[in-house]
Amino acid sequence: MYFESVDALWHMAGHGPYVWSCYGLFIVLLAANVWHARSERKQALKQAQAFIRRNSNYQANTYVDAP
Amino acid sequence: MAQFNWRMPRWFHQMGSPKWFYNFGGLLQPWFTLAAFLLLTCGMVWGLAFAPADYQQGNSFRIMYVHVPAAILSQSVFLSMAIAGAIGLIWKMKIAFMVARSCIAIGATFTLIALVTGAIWGKPTWGAYWVWDARLTSTLVLLFLYAGVMALNQAISERQIAGKATAILAIVGTINIPIIKYSVEWWNTLHQSSSFSLTDKPTMPSEMYLPLLLTVLGSYFLFGLVVLTRTRAQILQTQNGASWLMQHKDISGAK
Amino acid sequence: MGFMLAIIRRDLLLVARQPAEMINPLVFFVLVVALFPLGVSPEASLLSQTAAGVIWVAAMLATLLSLELLFKLDHDDGSLEQLLLAPYPSWCLVLAKVFVHWLVSGLPLILISPLIAMMLFLPSDAVPTLMLSLLLGTPTLSLLGAIGAALVTGVRGGGMLLTLLILPLYVPVIIFGASSVAAAALGMPVDGYMALLGAMFVFALMITPWAAGAALKL
Repeated sequence: MYFESVDALWHMAGHGPYVWSCYGLFIVLLAANVWHARSERKQALKQAQAFIRRNSNYQANTYVDAP
Repeated sequence: MAQFNWRMPRWFHQMGSPKWFYNFGGLLQPWFTLAAFLLLTCGMVWGLAFAPADYQQGNSFRIMYVHVPAAILSQSVFLSMAIAGAIGLIWKMKIAFMVARSCIAIGATFTLIALVTGAIWGKPTWGAYWVWDARLTSTLVLLFLYAGVMALNQAISERQIAGKATAILAIVGTINIPIIKYSVEWWNTLHQSSSFSLTDKPTMPSEMYLPLLLTVLGSYFLFGLVVLTRTRAQILQTQNGASWLMQHKDISGAK
Repeated sequence: MGFMLAIIRRDLLLVARQPAEMINPLVFFVLVVALFPLGVSPEASLLSQTAAGVIWVAAMLATLLSLELLFKLDHDDGSLEQLLLAPYPSWCLVLAKVFVHWLVSGLPLILISPLIAMMLFLPSDAVPTLMLSLLLGTPTLSLLGAIGAALVTGVRGGGMLLTLLILPLYVPVIIFGASSVAAAALGMPVDGYMALLGAMFVFALMITPWAAGAALKL
């Protein structure tokens, strides 16, 4: 490691707040994007499953009702 | 006279098939996740704790390892969006519009990160959060361009038309990006005689350079991951009722 | 060519029946410029320094204001659809409409600019440069704006959206336009700026009719 201690890594000779906030921002915003993409996919999957359920019910009903 | 037959390779047209894209994207996705995670983690830890400090800027130099990938990606994503849009317009490929649409948010995010980290980096370097530096200014204009694309895409409710309109705007924007960049750079030299650029380094030792390579590559994989995920989600939404999808293991065998 | 002339004649006739369309951007232009001394300072030295930028920004905003209606009125009464069905390429239509737009909103700005320059204490040596730069720059603004106007035609609340889409594209024009006037005020040569403004105009002339035409057909 370049720094002597974890404390030095945290402070970075006075530049700590700047460096850590940049890394934090990078991680948080990108993670939010990945999370958003994933939730979008989950929602789409749910919708597709609901579509199947609706559809199979409909088919079953027509089948039962048919003379 | 021999006739020139313009033909795109087979995989190109396969890419336009929702089924093929969905399945192939599903194969790639875990690998992209792994690559993005590993590369970004290694690059950031290396850049934060192991790379030597810069002799001139000290430790604030470490911001480079997140600022530069974001700045590179902000432009690459816009270009990818325009290329996807052009493919959609020329070959009438719906998937291409979906890809372009998936690019908008992640591209704007990278631009925002580049802008904010650039400003934060400016504080210890220039003594102020914002100076009208050429790079910062053109990144700001790029963020405005993204804002326009995003607003247009959301203002039109019909997906197909929104896709085409966005594609045209993205292409026009991409043509303009170099013109904007050079005019801003020129304007900057006119008004500010003395300000050294943040990242112009004639020589960088490899232990400083390698972490950057890792974070840039990792960012590309992350971009790919987000585009794949969001495009596949859009395929799910629009292909509702297609038989290949209804029998797909993702849906029928889902938890 | 006959098609374009017919469109130009028709649009000019429409403007002649509603002269407010022509006067509003002009009033807006003068108003914005008049607000600057009120907001900043009436001091001559300060105003003459900022005059170039202020005039260019005001000209840009005035152009944007009038762009919203470029295709909207025709779209709303259905004539745009008919015009697009005509057996002529859509870029002809765009070029003709942009030309009329510039004639109605750009040209008056250029003609009134010496007066504005005087109000802002711009050195009189810079006035010809100001007019020439506006002459080369405002058609580019109209052309680039046509893309935005075509894209937001038929979108509700298109005016704000249009501003958002088009303003970033105006950055190079305003940089070189305002710099040329500032350079002339300092007595420096301006040929380079004019060449660049001219190049941007030609480039815009090549690309925008195609893009706006494609956007209209959506």
